[in-house]
Amino acid sequence: MNGLQTLPAWAEILVAILVVLGSGLALIGSIGLVRFRSFYERVHAPTLGSTLGTASILLASIAFFSLTRTRPFVHELLIGLFVTVTTPVTLLMLVQATIYRDRLEGRDPLARREDES
Amino acid sequence: MTRWLPSPLASATLIAIWLLLNQSVSPGQLLLGALFGFVGPLLLRRLDVPPPRMRRPGAVLRLAGLVIVDIVRSNINVARLILRPEGRRPGFVPIPLKLRAPLGLATLACVITAAPGTAWVSYDPGDGTVVIHVLNIGEDEDWAAIIKGRYEGLLMEIFE
Amino acid sequence: MNGSVLGWALLIGQILIALAMACAAFRILKGPRAQDRVLAMDALYVNAMLLLLVFGIGSGSTLYFETALAISLLGFVATVAMAKFLMRGEVIE
Repeated sequence: MNGLQTLPAWAEILVAILVVLGSGLALIGSIGLVRFRSFYERVHAPTLGSTLGTASILLASIAFFSLTRTRPFVHELLIGLFVTVTTPVTLLMLVQATIYRDRLEGRDPLARREDES
Repeated sequence: MTRWLPSPLASATLIAIWLLLNQSVSPGQLLLGALFGFVGPLLLRRLDVPPPRMRRPGAVLRLAGLVIVDIVRSNINVARLILRPEGRRPGFVPIPLKLRAPLGLATLACVITAAPGTAWVSYDPGDGTVVIHVLNIGEDEDWAAIIKGRYEGLLMEIFE
Repeated sequence: MNGSVLGWALLIGQILIALAMACAAFRILKGPRAQDRVLAMDALYVNAMLLLLVFGIGSGSTLYFETALAISLLGFVATVAMAKFLMRGEVIE
């Protein structure tokens, strides 16, 4: 493990907390994927891992590599950019596809709302 | 200028991403990046995408800050809901919007979907009503007012 | 204690993300409908990318980050293609 020995103690704890926080959020999001009962509820679950989870692991990586000065943190910025741009687009498309398929099967999830109004 | 370089912002972004991916500023990479920066926006124009018109960088920064704060807050809320799902009330919420700019609507859709706990479901261009799905509609929370109050004004300021 | 706290944290992180991937895999297998599987697939991609990032911190190698970058982009393209397929039954129109 190169570089692990050269970190000051506070930085090590900071990076450790960020890594555990990020992976914990990813796990909670995936648990939601298993626990929730309908598709429209499950759509909310993976965003936990892809927003704050990714952000905190990327921050850990940036902190680690800029403190040990082993390499520039360019890749983290690019990954962060791509993930923030792509996640909402994939989820939006999936929701559109689901609504389309639900309507084809005659189960419009929004129909109830239109009856009320 | 506008004919051969329709969108300087997109060109600059493409060059920057190319150089970052290669992690070098050698003349060869600069030349290749410049080529992509030149060709990319020309291809984009073929797709008939409306050119981005962003005014008020101050409002853009304020929106970014607001989105980050909201995402952190809703992450905590949704994590709590997943670990303890009793008493949760999911549902669809209709929101009448005054915002009509396509780019503004696209930004709003991305923000609402990216924030855990809310997801953009459908938009009716006729009366400008958007339907969002909310993971937990609280007892007395007015989601339409929350979304309109927090984002719509800023987005109209930026895109209209 | 130098190195050991971070070493433990990286190990815990890897275990948590592996569990997350198992949850996503469970949803892929269980369904019940195609869109549930695609959604779980997307979550699996994101988790795999995070796992690679944690590996990268542990090893200090750039290679993991290149791979994570590639996975994040491939996952996006794959999920969009599948969502498109669900909507129309054809990927390319």
